[in-house]
Amino acid sequence: MTASNDSKPDSPADPTRRKALNCLAAWSGAAVVWTMVGGVPRALGATGSGPVAAASARAFTFVQISDTHFGFHKDANPDIVGGFRRAAADINALPQKPALVLHTGDVTHLSKPEEFGQAKELLQEIHIDRVHTVPGEHDALDDGLAGYLKGFDHDGKNRAWYSFDQGGVHFIGLSNVLNFKLGTMTSLGDEQIAWLKQDLARVSHSTPIVMLAHIPMWTVYAQWGWGTADADQALALLRPYGSVTVLNGHIHQVLQKVEGNIALHTAMSLAYPLPTPGQEGIGEPGPVKVPAGELGKLIGTRQLTIVRGKHELALVDTPIDHA
Amino acid sequence: MTTSPNYNAGAHGGLAGLLTFVLATLSGLAGAVETPSIDTPSIEITKFAFAPKEITVVPGTKVTWTNRDETPHTISAADKTFLSKAMDTDDRYEYTFASEGDFSYFCTLHPFMTGIVHVRK
Repeated sequence: MTASNDSKPDSPADPTRRKALNCLAAWSGAAVVWTMVGGVPRALGATGSGPVAAASARAFTFVQISDTHFGFHKDANPDIVGGFRRAAADINALPQKPALVLHTGDVTHLSKPEEFGQAKELLQEIHIDRVHTVPGEHDALDDGLAGYLKGFDHDGKNRAWYSFDQGGVHFIGLSNVLNFKLGTMTSLGDEQIAWLKQDLARVSHSTPIVMLAHIPMWTVYAQWGWGTADADQALALLRPYGSVTVLNGHIHQVLQKVEGNIALHTAMSLAYPLPTPGQEGIGEPGPVKVPAGELGKLIGTRQLTIVRGKHELALVDTPIDHA
Repeated sequence: MTTSPNYNAGAHGGLAGLLTFVLATLSGLAGAVETPSIDTPSIEITKFAFAPKEITVVPGTKVTWTNRDETPHTISAADKTFLSKAMDTDDRYEYTFASEGDFSYFCTLHPFMTGIVHVRK
């Protein structure tokens, strides 16, 4: 795996970053620690290869989980719930309690009422009061977002996009899972982009922005629909901001792209791995069955930390199988 | 969407009602008999693709799609004239094409998955 489309190629002068990318490329499963300085991520190290910079006591930390696919029970992971509970235990054991949990979509596998109900119950096993979600396309089957919004309408406005402020950060949740048209990538739609423009009008350019959306907000692999057709319109609104972090799911693997002050990251799933973009010998983005013992290295969670006054944001990706 | 009247070209009687009989008569049974192999075509969804991707049938033909992937898929007409619910593994969807035309369709979850049904007398 590579950080494809990375507009900021590896710098020979930054060997730690190269090393971290190599870790990703090897599917090592080790947690990679990222620090954002002025919007540019730098690898501090990997949990398997040396000490990790501890979060400052003053730091604001939160967790990203993604693609739980509650209701999935096929060979690629017959025990979704067991894996989720291990991840929840990891989150509950973090030395510094995260302020909130962000779920970047595909909460359920088939949008069934019982799956949303199970999701609500299981998410409560993470002992953090605030869980924010954005919908994945698996949460929008048959009835659009009606079923999803019964349990996950975060601001009571009966729509899947919203914003809120916490810890000095402006959080924005978007939905890019409804506007599928034949032969094209998904889109946010004009109504949502107009809302975003209005929402940002009151946010100062020095405020760190964290944006959530399920499908990647950059074109990872168009042939599989791994991108958002009108993402550029949304990102253009974010360019004046000093620190922008976009968190995506959908592709069940960690990739990243940096564009100026905007860093975009996809996350691991908590359900099953998907192939790398266009992976040779696979040909389609379906669940990948891996040998017993490997699955736990390919699914997991992410912790993010913002250190106030230092303009730093650290990302730690942790598979459920870890030392 | 529920299945349309169970009319197969070449199969007389059965559940076919008066309307179907009239339509069959108007469309001409002779044409249907010339193409017996496409009476009840079945399309498999496998590895995020429709197989076959393109078929030609006569008016009144019921087409069946079956999902063989572990990932849910849908069948949606490009013009929204027909739309399945999400199909889990081994779920089936049927649609009867009453009139002539070229019907492009896709999976609303994976819009790069496309197919087309040509309906010709």
